[in-house]
This record gives sequence, C-alpha cells and structure tokens, in this order.
Amino acid sequence: MTAPVLEIGAELPPLVIDPISRTTLALFAGASGDHNPIHIDLDVARSAGLDDVFAHGMLSMAYLARLLTGWVSQERIRTFGVRFTAITPVHGRPTCTGTVASIDEVDGERLATLALRVTLADGTTTLLGDATVALD
Amino acid sequence: MAIDRSAVGRELPGPTLLITRSRLRNFAAATGQTDPVYTDLDAAKQAGHRDLPVPPTFLFGVDLECPEPLTFLADLGVDLRTVLHGEQRFDYREMAYAGDELSTNGRITAIYDKKGGMLEFIVKDTQVTNQHGALVAEMRSVTVVQNRTPEMTT
Repeated sequence: MTAPVLEIGAELPPLVIDPISRTTLALFAGASGDHNPIHIDLDVARSAGLDDVFAHGMLSMAYLARLLTGWVSQERIRTFGVRFTAITPVHGRPTCTGTVASIDEVDGERLATLALRVTLADGTTTLLGDATVALD
Repeated sequence: MAIDRSAVGRELPGPTLLITRSRLRNFAAATGQTDPVYTDLDAAKQAGHRDLPVPPTFLFGVDLECPEPLTFLADLGVDLRTVLHGEQRFDYREMAYAGDELSTNGRITAIYDKKGGMLEFIVKDTQVTNQHGALVAEMRSVTVVQNRTPEMTT
C-alpha cells in the first residue's frame, strides 16, 4: 500500500460501524482479553447502579485503528493515543473520523499527525485522539 | 477513598502470550475487521507480512493474559465497578505477528486526583517485548476511579 497523497485538513474516509450488539461485547471480551464483567454481565452492571452494560472503550479504539489501517498500512503507524470522553451504550452506533492536522519531518521521516474522533449517532463524542503515521 | 500515593513506582511484571492466528481472527471478527490482511495468511504475505499482523490495539490485551489481570487495582483498594478507562496510548517500535511470544512489563508512574478527590487517576506505563527481547511498543494507560455513585457519571 502506498502512502496517500494528502494535505493538511484532508479528511480520512469515515468508518461507520453497525450498532454495537451484546454479542459483539461478548466476542470482544474473549478476543481482547478484557473480561471486566461491567461490559458483559447485566447483574454486575446493576450492582454498580447502572441500568445496563456498556461497551469497552478499547472496542471503539479498535474501530479507530481500523480507520487508520484502512488508510495506511499498519507498519506506518508510529503513535496512536486516545482519551475516552463518554461511555458507549449497547446499540450505540459509532462513526470514526480523522483529519490531517499537520505534516512534519522528524529524524528524516515525513510524519502526518492525524486528529481522530469517534462520535455516536446522537452526536456524543466518545473518543478524541491522535496518531502519527509515516508518509515515506 | 484516597489511593496510596506510595504505589507510584511499583513494578507490575506481566504475562507472556503466544499470539495465535485463531486469536487474531477472533479479534478481527469481534471488531468487524474485513481487511483480509488480518485474517488470511496469503493476503498477509502478499502485503509483505511474515504472518497475520497483530493489529494496533490488540497489544493492550497482552497485559491482561493472566488469571487476575486487574489485581493491581484491587491491591490499591479500588472497586473495579467504579473504574473507567480514561486514556490509552501506544508508541509503536516494531510489528508483531502470529507466532510471536509477547511479554509485558508495567509500572505505576503517577497517581493524581481531580474535583477534590472525586476522581482519581492511575497512570500505568507498560512495555511490550517479543521473544527476541525487542521492544514492540510502549503503552500508557490511565484508569479513572470514580469516588461517587456510578449513576451520576456520563
């Protein structure tokens, strides 16, 4: 995969995710190794005073990673970080977006810094992040 | 509840995980990944990979591959039902693939609070290395402890 031609402000093709099901949460718990019952066991969620389980933050970060690897091959990703700003409820429908915030040369390598975001259908921002990817 | 600040600097030796293709395919299925590079060995090799690549955020789970992965929080007196994942960061050094054995080694590097102690933050820095001792990635995880009733949170 060759590096895309780009300029500052360019937008990555958005990644729209189907509504998150309880099955997805169970499968992700097993596949990711995150077995925290707050995401998969309604009894535990209720004992914590919640109405329902909610999605793993790392599931949404995995979706953002798909946005990145759908755009550049993975070995170009240098850094990737997020802040989780709101929880994602069951049946939430995340959309991952990214824009090129800057392009710099670091140690002889051209790096694009991307501003990343995950939003739900109701407009709630659930993740804010950034990544740097090598362009050459 | 105030978390004991003397825990800063505590070393948290982690597990070792042999990365299998089936586990990576399960991860691809759970995350809706349809790019064959992550599930089909031929596609991966055609793309220049030596096996199925370990996707960017899978590394977080390597650290959880022990019987009681969140013991370090319990040891700090934290009720797991009150925690949220606040931040996560990866600094990648080398690709990892199915067949690799990845190990983690962590350390608590900061504990601080906000909102008059209502929220406490535990920062853990973790290194992921492969079977050759090479650094694959550095990870930083911030756990938020909510010292109040959970229904009041977002």
